[in-house]
Amino acid sequence: MKQNKGTTIASGVAAGIINGLFGSGGGMVAVPLLKSLHLQDRQAHATAISMTLPLSLVSGWLYLRSGAFTLQEAYPYLLPGLLGALIGSFALKRIPIRLLQRLFAALVLYAGIRLLL
Amino acid sequence: MIQWLAALASALLGSMGLGGGSVLIIYLSAFVGMEQMRAQGINLVFFIPVALLSLVIHTKNKLVSWRTAALALVGGLPGVFAGYYLAQWLGSELLSKFFGGFLLLIAVRTFYQSFQRPKESPQNTGSGEQGPRRGGLQ
Repeated sequence: MKQNKGTTIASGVAAGIINGLFGSGGGMVAVPLLKSLHLQDRQAHATAISMTLPLSLVSGWLYLRSGAFTLQEAYPYLLPGLLGALIGSFALKRIPIRLLQRLFAALVLYAGIRLLL
Repeated sequence: MIQWLAALASALLGSMGLGGGSVLIIYLSAFVGMEQMRAQGINLVFFIPVALLSLVIHTKNKLVSWRTAALALVGGLPGVFAGYYLAQWLGSELLSKFFGGFLLLIAVRTFYQSFQRPKESPQNTGSGEQGPRRGGLQ
């Protein structure tokens, strides 16, 4: 139990640092740690979102305060974002996740190389 | 139009457990060439309503472990400040390089994951033999 507590807090620290540093990806680092507890895949993903939402609020406020961006710049993305999330939650079972994972990996790899070059 | 699609795809993938908002940052930073800090800030705000919606659905399906989340926040909040000040210190130019490196790691991990079996209990899946992972919705 003690070890679980340590792992849980560590998953929060990792998610927090990545969220503050990169403005995303907190869930990506939290999920594997959460899975090492008693949580199953879907529980780990859901719980990661319940962590990254408040973290993003704080992080977003820090970014906004620093003048890195304005809220007006973010507005155009909100509606398509909500739409995408809705479609995603309903289409989930009908989508070949493995194929999607590989396509996503390819896109991320390409973008990573572009940024590094 | 393209930015609209980028946001849509980002949330779509995010709701399936594929890297949350990172597609929107990738679009803004790696393809449009926006400053890294600006892309990240926009992405954070973008993520909030998407996460709220997902959370409502996940809560209905009783998938959220709130105790775990609350405990994680104890470490998460100081973590956010540390990460943010690190980002400020690096500056957009250098930060985008680190982000690029982070993306390479995500790519490797996601690719590796696509070959793994999901971890789910038998009563949740109906049968022991199942195909690809199912994420968010019941």
